[in-house]
Amino acid sequence: MNGPIIRVFGVTLVLFALLAIFTLRWTVLERNELEDNPQNKRALLAQQKIKRGSIYAGDGTLLARSLRRRDDTYTRTYPLDGLFAQALGYSYLNPGTAGLERFYNGQLTGRTQGIENTLRKLQGKREEGNTLRTALDPAAQRVAIEQLAGRAGAVVALNPRDGRVEVMASIPDYNPNSLRSAKATSALNQAPGAPLLNRNTAGLYPPGSTFKAVTAIAALDSGRFTPDSVLSGKNGLPISGVPLNNAGGEEYGEIDMGTALTQSVNTWWAQVGEKLGKRTMQRYTERLGFGRKVPVDLPPNERLASGDYCTRDGERELVKLTASCVDIGRTAIGQDKLLTTPLQMAMVAAAIGNRGVLMHPLIGTRTIDPEGRTALDIQPRTYSRVMSSRTASELTAMMTRVVQEGTGTAAALEGIDVAGKTGTAERNVEQNITQPWFIGFAPADNPQVAIAVTIEKTVGGFGGTDAAPIAKAVMEALLQ
Amino acid sequence: MSARNRELFGLIPASLLVVAGFGAVFVQESAILGDLSLTYGAIFLGLCLLAHVVLRIRLPDADPYVLPIVAVLAGVGLVVIYRLNETLARDQATWFVIGLIAFTLTIFLLRDYRVLERYRYVIAAGSILLLLLPRIPGIGAQVNGAYLGIDIGPVSFQPAEFAKIGIIIFLASYLRDTRSLLVDRKKFGITIPRLKHIGPLLLVWGLAMLMLVFIRDLGSSVMFFGGFLAMLYVATNRLIFPVVGLGLFALGAWFFSATVGHVGDRIEAWQNPFDPRLYEQVGGSYQIAQSLFAQADGGMWGQGFGQALVQVGDSPILPAAQTDLIYAVIVNELGLVGAIALLLVYLLLVERGFRIAVLARDSFSKLLATGLITVVALQVFVIVGGVTKVIPLTGVTLPFVSYGGSSIVANFVIVALLLLVSDRARREARR
Repeated sequence: MNGPIIRVFGVTLVLFALLAIFTLRWTVLERNELEDNPQNKRALLAQQKIKRGSIYAGDGTLLARSLRRRDDTYTRTYPLDGLFAQALGYSYLNPGTAGLERFYNGQLTGRTQGIENTLRKLQGKREEGNTLRTALDPAAQRVAIEQLAGRAGAVVALNPRDGRVEVMASIPDYNPNSLRSAKATSALNQAPGAPLLNRNTAGLYPPGSTFKAVTAIAALDSGRFTPDSVLSGKNGLPISGVPLNNAGGEEYGEIDMGTALTQSVNTWWAQVGEKLGKRTMQRYTERLGFGRKVPVDLPPNERLASGDYCTRDGERELVKLTASCVDIGRTAIGQDKLLTTPLQMAMVAAAIGNRGVLMHPLIGTRTIDPEGRTALDIQPRTYSRVMSSRTASELTAMMTRVVQEGTGTAAALEGIDVAGKTGTAERNVEQNITQPWFIGFAPADNPQVAIAVTIEKTVGGFGGTDAAPIAKAVMEALLQ
Repeated sequence: MSARNRELFGLIPASLLVVAGFGAVFVQESAILGDLSLTYGAIFLGLCLLAHVVLRIRLPDADPYVLPIVAVLAGVGLVVIYRLNETLARDQATWFVIGLIAFTLTIFLLRDYRVLERYRYVIAAGSILLLLLPRIPGIGAQVNGAYLGIDIGPVSFQPAEFAKIGIIIFLASYLRDTRSLLVDRKKFGITIPRLKHIGPLLLVWGLAMLMLVFIRDLGSSVMFFGGFLAMLYVATNRLIFPVVGLGLFALGAWFFSATVGHVGDRIEAWQNPFDPRLYEQVGGSYQIAQSLFAQADGGMWGQGFGQALVQVGDSPILPAAQTDLIYAVIVNELGLVGAIALLLVYLLLVERGFRIAVLARDSFSKLLATGLITVVALQVFVIVGGVTKVIPLTGVTLPFVSYGGSSIVANFVIVALLLLVSDRARREARR
């Protein structure tokens, strides 16, 4: 009988080996997959025990802080409710994290300086995260939200000199404090108008005539055109073989670039696009950040890339302007397949305002550890040199004319020169639904603010009448 | 050195482990290393010494390594449960004492365990009755879809834990009588036993199937049937028996998984633990998914004693951490390295058990020891395999480690029986 007994023991050996192999599988071989599984909330749960760092606005206003609960865990609270909803994001167990809370999670939880927190733990102190300071301006943000007046849209303003983002308003918004309950979260996820979406970085819209500023950059900086270059502004000129109309069917004769920009003449700029060609347009849009996720310190999943989106095999995909599906003439006037984020358009204005140098947009300025020392200094950095300073100043002069005597007069500020460009994208021609735009910067000779404003849908509205006044009010608040 | 002296020395590292374990938990919880862990270690050592004295008096020749191994396992269990919940640890310590009493009683009352053979049908009938108790209205209790426990007053009790011992005793006795009869008839070169000999064995198969449907306990069913097949194989030395048995079991399991909702759900949750529908469903795959997450969190070296994330605020993360998922907690805290060490300790125990079976002189003792140790090994396999997704997760305890009174007491009785067999075998061998 001993033979079978030893064989039965052999079988148990095999079974135990199986147990060891499977334990090895979960602890080592497939560990990363399990840790990245979205259903795995262990890391988030562990963070409930850490005192998360607070977040402050540029003027020192408290934007987010952690409160200790009875059971020794912490919960997040947002004193200004939904004022900076999508930019700030949230940090709760159920919905997880978003916005700045997500992007700076490592800093806010203090996980980035492992040794110091381990020492704190050994001393019996609680784990504590770093404080985050931002450039956000609550007063100007309030103005932006008041001005949007409940209309779906976006307002983003930044300092062209250093890229600091001061206003980032997206309507509809939400109150992050309500996300504490799982029910409210799932309701918000399905809410009409997608309030959780940050329209500044993840809203893709046809930019309309504001994109003529990009075409102008390419035209001037490539040396192919000068402010005095003359082209026909005739209505109904064929572009890519199809006649193109000017706004309101206006007829223009042989006009120069300044006039074409001031009056936003479609046929004039479409010809420029065709003459410059796809390659030149691709080169300049690339320098401005098109074709890549709009750069800012927000999580990648909350940012989209601007550019031409062609439909291939039933799927919309981003293509280079050199692709065959691109109608470069219509792209040059912000139509056809071109879609942009508001932040991307604000970057266009900022690059012109900052003498051709585009700064990387940044919301955070620095983080401070619990001992009061700077943990992370978020330094301004150059994104790219887009154009020569000469191109920038020539274009600034023309854009100043747009606000002084052209389509953008509603953005004019008293005693301060504003440079800008309006846009009115057609969303539904039969129902006369339009998307008004305004991009610009001020003061024109020494800019402190660059801005992009858009309203998703108006009935018969124009950039000059609907978006420009909002830009005016927000710039006024920021320049005070 | 005599067997008993070796045992005595073996108990020292086991007790030190308890001291170190409690010490580590105290450091984590309060950052103060008091002498309390020494006290707990001393009490633990004292209790083990009492068991040792019992063995010295009654079973001087019994295997010297079994008791220290059991002490290590029980010590690990106490420390981990203490770290999860102090109140439960106190209960568990009480059950540990009751288990030692049951151990002592078994050794004193069954001086000659072979008297058990005389009562084999009484024992078999009693065991079946025990198995059916949880379905009797009024005292039966349903937990997670399975009818495992009964409530008598304040005490909750899992009769299956004791029924398995009774059934093994019956099978050992029955197979000793019929083992030659089972293999004496051959047709077409295959061993085909007569119906009157194979009948009671088919009854056992039916019982295992009954457990699947009636008590809805896949884990216990696998343990019973696996133990039965091991004994049948050892008794007959014919591979055909376990092969056919496994086939029949698989057939039954397949049939019931398709027809009994509870079994089918478990299997589906096992195959797709991250399916959102199963994950959200009550009694779905949440537990197994969390078990895997906890193990991944542990990694190679573990998060350290007292570091496992079991509960945050009021929300439990690992359901049934002290019973079903205690292995996941151990992997989380001690990592792959600690888990392998624990498995090796079990393997040592299993090795001692089979050695006892090999050394035993008579068929009944051999079969009894084989059955008992196979059931213990399979219990480890069923629960650890469930937690690590080798097989569907079912609610059985990790012997000596998991929280659970019936399990601790029943396992101490098993160990007592093994030592009774061992003492007799080694004494006879010495002569």
